[in-house]
Order: sequence, then C-alpha cells, then structure tokens
Amino acid sequence: MLSKNVYNLEKLEQIPTRNGYGEGLVDAGAADENVVVLCADLTDSTRSNMFKERFLDRFIEMGIQEQNMMGVAAGLAMAGKVPFVSSYAVFSPGRNWDQLRVSVCYSDANVKIAGAHTGVSVGPDGATHQALEDIAITRVLPGITVIVPCDYNETKKATIAAAKMKGPVYLRFTREKTPVFTTDDTPFEIGKALVLREGADVTITAIGPLVHEALLAAHELEKEKISVEVINSHTVKPLDEETLLKSFTKTGAVVTVEEHQIFAGFGGAIAEFASKNIPVPIEMIGMPDEFGISGEPGELLAHFGMTKKEIKQAVKKVLKRKK
Amino acid sequence: MKELTLAQLNQKAKEIREDIIEMLLEAKSGHSAGPLGMADVFTALYFAVLNQNPQDPWNENRDKVILSCGHICPVLYATLAHAGYFPKSKLKTLRKIDSKLYGHPQVRALPGIENSSGPLGQGTSQAVGHALAARMDDKRNYVFCITSDGEHDEGQTWESIMFAGKQKLYNLINIVDRNNIQIDGYTEDIMPLEPFKEKYEAFGWHVLEVNGHNIREVIAACEEAKVVYEKPSVIIARTIPGKGVEFMERKFEWHGIPPNAKQAKEALHDIRTIRTLGGNICSECE
Repeated sequence: MLSKNVYNLEKLEQIPTRNGYGEGLVDAGAADENVVVLCADLTDSTRSNMFKERFLDRFIEMGIQEQNMMGVAAGLAMAGKVPFVSSYAVFSPGRNWDQLRVSVCYSDANVKIAGAHTGVSVGPDGATHQALEDIAITRVLPGITVIVPCDYNETKKATIAAAKMKGPVYLRFTREKTPVFTTDDTPFEIGKALVLREGADVTITAIGPLVHEALLAAHELEKEKISVEVINSHTVKPLDEETLLKSFTKTGAVVTVEEHQIFAGFGGAIAEFASKNIPVPIEMIGMPDEFGISGEPGELLAHFGMTKKEIKQAVKKVLKRKK
Repeated sequence: MKELTLAQLNQKAKEIREDIIEMLLEAKSGHSAGPLGMADVFTALYFAVLNQNPQDPWNENRDKVILSCGHICPVLYATLAHAGYFPKSKLKTLRKIDSKLYGHPQVRALPGIENSSGPLGQGTSQAVGHALAARMDDKRNYVFCITSDGEHDEGQTWESIMFAGKQKLYNLINIVDRNNIQIDGYTEDIMPLEPFKEKYEAFGWHVLEVNGHNIREVIAACEEAKVVYEKPSVIIARTIPGKGVEFMERKFEWHGIPPNAKQAKEALHDIRTIRTLGGNICSECE
C-alpha cells in the first residue's frame, strides 16, 4: 500500500503537496469542462499555473482580492461551474471567512477552496504567512468537507476527488518538499481514514505530511516493543468515525499529530469524537497555542515540537496514562 | 407574463408596499425604510424587465436578480409572491419559525431567491460570478444585482466593481438603492460616497441615474443598460427611504425597525392615499 522505501528517508522522493494540487487540477479540468480555477495573484506558488497553461479560458486571475474571489466563485458555482479558489490559507479561508460562511457554505455552493502554505514549515516568511488556524475555522462550518492530504500523490487524488463531489471542500497544502510515501495504488476515498500500520498498544492518528513522521516514530518504537497503530485521517471533516472507533477500542490510547494549532484543530476534532464515544487518554502534537517565527522548515518543526522525537515522547506519555 | 400598463405597475407597487407593512407588523422585527423605498424598482424589474417564468423558476436561461443588501428582503418576498413564485399567504410568516421567509434570505429557500445575503458587500461578487459563467457558456441572459448605497462602505463591493470593470461584464447590471441613509445616520455623514457616479465611471462602468420611484424611468434605464456592450452598467436609483409613508420618509431611524399596530394603520392609510411629503410618487412622475 505504501512506498517500499517508506522508512528509508534517503531513498524517498520529495515533492511539495501543492504540486499534486496543480496536477490534480489539470486532470480534473480535462475530465470536466465546468472546472474553473481562480487565483489571487499567487498563480505559481499555488501551482494553479499548471491549470492556467492548459486551460487559459477557464483560469480567472482575481488580483489581490480574496473576498471577491470567494464570492465570484460562489456565483460561478451557483451557475453550474466547479470553481477552485486558490491562495495561501492565511488569506483564503483566513481573510475571506465571512464569504466562505455565507456565500459558499450557507448557500451550499459547490466551491473548492485550496489553502496553500500552511503550518510552520512555510519557514522563513514567518508567522504572518504560516496558517495554523485554517482547520479550526473551516471545520466549524456546517456542510463543508475538510481534507488534509499527506503527500504529493494523495493531494493529486484529493483534488480530483474534490472536483467530483458536490458541495464545499477545503483542501490544505504545505509549501516545502515532503516525502512521497504513498503510491499511485494507495487507496484514497474522501471520508475514509486509512490504517497505514496496525498496532495494539496505542493509536497515532495524523494528518498532512506529518503522517510520515508518525510512521517513522512507530517504526522506531517497534524496536522498543511498543506496538503502534498509525492512521492517516486525511478527511478531518467528516471524521471516519468507524475506523477511529475500532482502533481506539483496540488500543485504548491516542496521539494526534497535526501542523496546526492544537486548540480547535484536528486534535480538537478527535477529542470531541473520543469524549462522546470512547473516552481514552489523548496526547496532542501540534502548535502549542503560539504564533510561528522565521526559520528553516525543519528547524521550526523541531522548535515547536512536531517531529518524530516528540511523537515518540507523546506515545510514552499516553501509555502511562492508559488504565 | 402579460404586459402591464404603467397604471397597473403603479398599482402593483402600492400593493407590494401594503404587504411590506403588514408583513413587518406581523413579524414584529425587520427593516421598514429600505423595502418601501425599493418597491417601485422591484415592481419594474419583476413585472416589466426580467425574462423569468415563475412556473419554471430555475430555467437556465433566466435573468437573475442577486439581492446583495439582504435586509430589504421584505420587498423581494412581497414582489416574488405578487409575481407568482409562491402563494401570497406565506408573506405573513416572515421571520417566523417553520417559515422559509427568513429574516435575511437563503438561496433557493423559496423559488426565485438566487443568493444568500445579509452580511453586506457579498452580492456584487456573486453577481459577477453568475455573469462570468453566463459569458463563458455563451448565454444571453442578464444578471441584475441590487445593492444598497451604504454597503459601498465595504471593501469587497469595490473589489468586485474593479473586477467587473476589468472583465467588461456587459451582462451585469447593478442597481444601487441611493437612499442616502444607513443604520447610524446619513451616508454622507457616516462615510461619504460622493462623487459616486464618477467613482463607478473611473472603474470602467456605464452609469445611469434615475428617479427610483419613476417606474417608466427605471424600465428605460434597464433597457439601456442591456444594450451597453463592453462595460457593466450601474443604475443609481435615487430613492426616498420609507417611500409612501409620511412619517418614515427620509428618516434613518426607520432603517431597521418595524411599525407597531398604530403606526401600521397610519402607514397603510398613507400608502392607500399615496400622495406624501416625499413628492414624486408613481403617477406624479407622469
């Protein structure tokens, strides 16, 4: 199911998830002539240039108008188009959240929102450009689907799947090259979490490129006789409750991993679910209620405690809390 | 729809105004001034301008009306009911539980409602999206947007105006309710909009100015706007807030409140006797 080199970082190819978006858009555009792409002056860095080069007449350059872009997309969607709104997540859905709420979600408009440059791994641009709140502000809206793909391959699949499904979808990407550890054959279905590694003692459920860090942590913990189950929970909303419940019931302890604020993000979603259905101890890896800083992506992930080292520590901590 | 004479159109506007008062009285909350002020423009649109069919409300070639200033929805609901989109008996359920006549409109909650609105400034962007899609699909329909003057305080409104100018959206017609009031006071005190016409022109729009209570003028402006190519059009409709009810006319205090029973009685009397302080109402324009 995964690349044969999944635990061999040197041999894994590294590609930014956003490249999967650009390529997915081209495929979606070829399959459906109603697919249109809007971008707010960030065409290259969101990779929507790939779509622009292929389908110029279906590419809409919005200038630096995120609020208008969301509204225009809503109008296009109500008129039968399948618009993809592309920008950095701090601007969209950050700056245009009211438009996302009323023009898109309350209107059940078939708009797809692509939030690029999320997490501290955006790096040197610093806190203003590192989206760490986007999952919170999207998943709180009724009717939207929130997807955080784990690598380039999965992003491409998610983009194509988003174009095919009806209703608002938020897709979340990162800037840097990250390991491509899934393959063309790895299954992807919106709303269906994937158990990447079975285990008995603890469940790590992760989203985004940090899923790979979770796998590395699980791999190393195996040598310490700790059996870790790893779930790629790419669809944050709606959660795959069946898969999660089965795993939590089996292991009785959970670690969540995300490159987002812990509060109200993916960890929050898991805690909401678990507290209602199976109250197990949970440790959360993510941004600890702080804004980011400038630095290199790897340095920042280490600085804020979002690497396999902290994941392993969290596993040990949650195991101690397990009754 | 059969064509109505000007006298019949004026009568229609009067009936819509009466319904607005009765709806607001029943609802015990809602906006009075804006809906009354726009009754003539809505009558002109739905009974003389739009290519629409209430029996086939979502026909893909229909003209569309995007109401950006959702708070004036009593006039939209009343006009849609009079035009036959849904029974008039529903009008008195405005703002009540189990009713689809929400305090601010939701898209497709009822036939003829093209967009959700309430938070100001969002309608023009959506209208632009509809117009852009129509042009991409080579359709011949028009997209009308109804905006308030006050919502031109919003940055998003100007983003969309700038974008529509860039795109030369000839099939987009924005009708601005230039009634000079907003919740906190007169627009020129709260946030001056003048020179308003020149601003639109600077953004590449064709600008028309009309007396928003002269139905014939409103229809003529819409027809002119339809044949303007290479530019979107804006019709600045000068209206009197609260039009038809003497004690409401030109009073920003009536922006966001409904009449009580006594006031409603007086209002209905004013509307039925029609000649009011504001001058120029319907037939007086002739």
